[in-house]
Amino acid sequence: MPQMTDERVRARLTREEDLSLLHEVSMKTAGVSHLEMCIQCGTCGGSCPSAMDMEHTPRMLFAMLRAGMRDEVLRSNTQWICVSCYHCVVRCPQEVHIADVMYTLKGMAIKAKLYQDSTAPDFSQTFVDMVETYGRSFEFGLASRHYLKHFPLRLPGMAPMGLGMIAKGRMGIKPKKIRRMDQLKAILERASQLELTS
Amino acid sequence: MNQEKIGVYVCHCGTNIAGVVDVEHVAKWAAEKLGRQGVIVARDYKFMCSSLGQELIEKDIKELGLTRVVVAACSPHLHEKTFRTAAKNAGLNPYLVELASIREQVSWVHTDKAVATEKSKAVIAGAVSRVIENRALEEIKVPINPNTLVVGGGIAGIQAALEIANAGFHVYLVEREPSIGGHMAQFDKTFPTLDCSACILTPRMVEAGTHPNITLMTWSEVTNVAGYVGNFHVTVKKKARFINEELCTGCGICEEKCPKKVIDDVFEAGLGYRKAVYAPFAQAVPKFPVMDKENCTYFLKGTCKACEKFCPTGAIDFKQEDQLVHFDVGNIILATGYDLFDARRVSNYGYGRLPNVFTSLEFERLSNAAGPTNGNIVLRDGKSTPKSVGIIHCVGSRDKNFNNYCSVICCMQGLKFAHLVHERTGATVYNFYIDMRTAYKAYDEFYQRVLEEGTLFVRGKVAEVTNAARDEREKGKLIIQVEDTLAGKQRRIPVDMVILSSGLQPRRDSKEVGKQFGISCSTDGWFTEKHPKLDPVATMTEGIYIAGCAQGPKDIPSSVAQGAAASARVLDKILQKEVTLEPIKASINAEKCSGCRICNGLCPFNAIAYIEDDNVSNINPALCQGCGTCVAACPAGAISGTGFSDEQIMAQIDGLLLRTLEGV
Amino acid sequence: MNKYLLYPGCSMESSAKAYMESMNAIMEPLDLRFEEIEDWNCCGATEYLGINLIPAYSLIARNLALASDQIGRMNGMGRTRTVVAPCSACYLNLAKADYYMQERPSLGVKVNEALAAGGLQYKPGTLDVRHLIDILVYDVGLEKIRGSVTRPLHGLKVAPYMGCMLPRPDYQHRWSDHEHPTELDDLLRALGAEVIDYPLTTSCCGGHMTQIGPETAFELIRRLVADADDRGADLMATVCPMCQMNIDAYQNEMNHHFGTDYHMPILFFTQLMGLAFGREPGELGIGMELVNARNALARIGVEVPITQEPSGPRKKDEGLPMPRRWTRHEVRKEAVK
Repeated sequence: MPQMTDERVRARLTREEDLSLLHEVSMKTAGVSHLEMCIQCGTCGGSCPSAMDMEHTPRMLFAMLRAGMRDEVLRSNTQWICVSCYHCVVRCPQEVHIADVMYTLKGMAIKAKLYQDSTAPDFSQTFVDMVETYGRSFEFGLASRHYLKHFPLRLPGMAPMGLGMIAKGRMGIKPKKIRRMDQLKAILERASQLELTS
Repeated sequence: MNQEKIGVYVCHCGTNIAGVVDVEHVAKWAAEKLGRQGVIVARDYKFMCSSLGQELIEKDIKELGLTRVVVAACSPHLHEKTFRTAAKNAGLNPYLVELASIREQVSWVHTDKAVATEKSKAVIAGAVSRVIENRALEEIKVPINPNTLVVGGGIAGIQAALEIANAGFHVYLVEREPSIGGHMAQFDKTFPTLDCSACILTPRMVEAGTHPNITLMTWSEVTNVAGYVGNFHVTVKKKARFINEELCTGCGICEEKCPKKVIDDVFEAGLGYRKAVYAPFAQAVPKFPVMDKENCTYFLKGTCKACEKFCPTGAIDFKQEDQLVHFDVGNIILATGYDLFDARRVSNYGYGRLPNVFTSLEFERLSNAAGPTNGNIVLRDGKSTPKSVGIIHCVGSRDKNFNNYCSVICCMQGLKFAHLVHERTGATVYNFYIDMRTAYKAYDEFYQRVLEEGTLFVRGKVAEVTNAARDEREKGKLIIQVEDTLAGKQRRIPVDMVILSSGLQPRRDSKEVGKQFGISCSTDGWFTEKHPKLDPVATMTEGIYIAGCAQGPKDIPSSVAQGAAASARVLDKILQKEVTLEPIKASINAEKCSGCRICNGLCPFNAIAYIEDDNVSNINPALCQGCGTCVAACPAGAISGTGFSDEQIMAQIDGLLLRTLEGV
Repeated sequence: MNKYLLYPGCSMESSAKAYMESMNAIMEPLDLRFEEIEDWNCCGATEYLGINLIPAYSLIARNLALASDQIGRMNGMGRTRTVVAPCSACYLNLAKADYYMQERPSLGVKVNEALAAGGLQYKPGTLDVRHLIDILVYDVGLEKIRGSVTRPLHGLKVAPYMGCMLPRPDYQHRWSDHEHPTELDDLLRALGAEVIDYPLTTSCCGGHMTQIGPETAFELIRRLVADADDRGADLMATVCPMCQMNIDAYQNEMNHHFGTDYHMPILFFTQLMGLAFGREPGELGIGMELVNARNALARIGVEVPITQEPSGPRKKDEGLPMPRRWTRHEVRKEAVK
């Protein structure tokens, strides 16, 4: 496996001032993003199963990143519509880690408060809260909290499904908690501090 | 203090070196600090390689009586010969000149001027210490055998063979398949002029097949190459055809009567059938068929012999065996061609899974009047004409998942297909491309023509071809899903037929073939030329030349040009009658050699042989290219290389570490 | 006996209970033993990664650290370095963390710094993260699976649904293909089922979009269900709790949304294995699905004749031959370059 140090990533991207946004996104992305290698072929936009609901295809976002259009990129709904199917990732001829870049853009949009619709960030946050409380995901709590807030009108229609899940024993109404919650909390706290300094 | 009088010449190379290295300072330093080593003069000059620069050195040799020269400039690959010639002109043995590479190894790889300047000093100090240990050497001259081997009977090989044969010299043309012609024989039309491929190729094939100066060996492979430039010993395996060529008239009755049909996945690209005894196509050269032993009923079951029964001249010979043929040549041209990229690897395009996805070569056969459908462009059901066709460019090319390089021909090929589909079926044609590359004479004009014909172009690399319909419009179709990058929208375009403009790949066995002939391949597997711009048909091995797609993807005109170019290089060698070899050679001290034979297998030029009687290995000096592999590998330290003796290397290292400056 | 560490993941205890039950039911006939990672935590699904990078990877890495610790405590005989994840999302997250901690060493350093706050550490590359079906096809082997079949699923038309996160991005090149892998097909065939040609086998089920953008998700579910239905599948077989949940639990709502009336049951592949091994539906969590598989399963036992490909010379209007399919060996060699 080729390893890429931060220095090499930085050296590649800081040569040009215009690439500073690209560089920022790249540094915040797990693995090596290869964003600077995009040739605008559209494999990603062509592959995307949810492209029909996206304001910009991923390819357009990458061009906008190059152009330094920070707010427009972070405000786009594209990263929130990404379903993480990784079709674009394996097909990309330049090996751009597209799905991971989408995760990075979500994080950046949340921090800059530039998302248009709070459904997705809220869902993620609710999920994170559950995990940070119990160490496990808690579907019932997550679904009921989330639906009450964002899809109250959908609830009556959903009720039979939810009830069905409960009746069939597929949804516990009590959360499970891991034994060493203290340890997990300590790890996540330290990780959050490291996130701020990186 | 030694007795040598050394001159040091530091080149600016315009700003190539002087932009990063303080050359004036370096020259001054050499004059001052290396005096103890014997440096009596050090100069810097704008372009040392210019005639004025050379004259400067020649003048110093004559007037100051220099006995050694160090030129600090570019890599020896470029100008070693220039400066050696200058020394020779001034009466100094050319091997007493040493090049210190302060461009490739210093100025081009550093940005810090101070560091680069210091490194230049070290490199020069190393060269000075080394040159003291250099010995005067004499060039070796060997005669050239005027015969030539051309491997590969595609258009590049045919061209090369004809040029040499027409100049009056003998050529052995060896081809692996039953007929010469190569890929070009499979095509219907050629871009951009739409000449009929067979019409322009077959006259050349016939000429090659009947030329008195060409010995044609098809259904044959080179199994061994020994020797060196001017004197190669070649062994060719002529595979048994099971046909007596003396008696066979090429009438084709055997083929007609053979009851066994097999899918022909060579010439017909898997789209058609041939018999167990067959000539791949009507205009095959030579006209003799071959018998495919793997599929022949007689060889499989012991009975049949229909061919023998019906052959009017009794030319069928089931007892024929493979034959080894030996001959000597002076030069070799490799024109072994390419393989088509295996489109099954791009599984999202569905080739091999979705019947109506075709490769470029399949389409060539489909559209060829002599092909399995007599030139009717039909779907895989064998009868329906497509109403809409999608042509996908860059299949397997420009893609890090497959081949990183551009295959050069696919854009024009895709345009040609668009034209043929349009002309013969009237179908709606879409071309999907990343970048349209039509850079050559009359190529872009062809693009204009295809645009004019109404072909629809979509800029975007196709994401997938699927048969999973989402609505009625898509039912029963192949759907091409792509981002139309110019419209910024994903599109799903239903078509009846998809043609993949597949890329070119090195031959599967190119690395082994390269090793057999002692030449190297790029990481992709293309044969490596001596210089990418200035010597594209020669290789690092003297006497071995390359032409056509074996060197890299290219179209027909470029392949022909390279075939001709390679033959010009060969003729140049033949007419010189003898060749001068570099005296940089390795030799084995028989006293020290333990006969372990480690060096035998390592030699990339097959220059080392083991002499059983004496239990020692021996190096053939004409074959040795002076690479030094054996010198480094010998556990007994029995091998030394002229020009690269241990004394020279150790002195150079001392110099590089500036140890020689101690006490100065 | 093959022994592995197991990372069950949250769903296996709730929405995908049927997966857990059926997995347990096939362990014994296949000579498999799984030891659960003690006190494992949620992998973060696809949600954690979109908020913060280091916490997301630290959350995943805690599991890797616990697993490598646990291996250290095992005795020599039963020692393994393989962690099995039956859930595709968990599998991907664990594999991804392991891979990226190596590809980008600075991430590995930071994650380990966080782990240290909990007294843990993980050296990337220590573990081999694999999915359940990978173990079944490549370690147990189709021969052994075929040998355990007592009630072949003859006549049952199954759409093999691999989903996204299993075959992609496939950091360790484990699968025959990223787009049309054959592992699930082969396994279902070994059970005697009739595997339909299902081009959408690795298309997306909508993932978390059922929660945050239901209309996007409904369209993705519709495509999968409609195509399986079109091709005559009796049911779909899945390897992932999230896929099962989306296609099963949201099928009704999807039907409402589009005014359609699809009824396409989706079962875990382990449930079908259990049936083929002669276990009873009740032991395999069958009946827990919301789109019931009762009618579909009633078909088991029907024989379907095997058709052979035509061969021989081509007549004038006969079809043209297809390119040769890759052999199993070639698939491994070619596709995974």
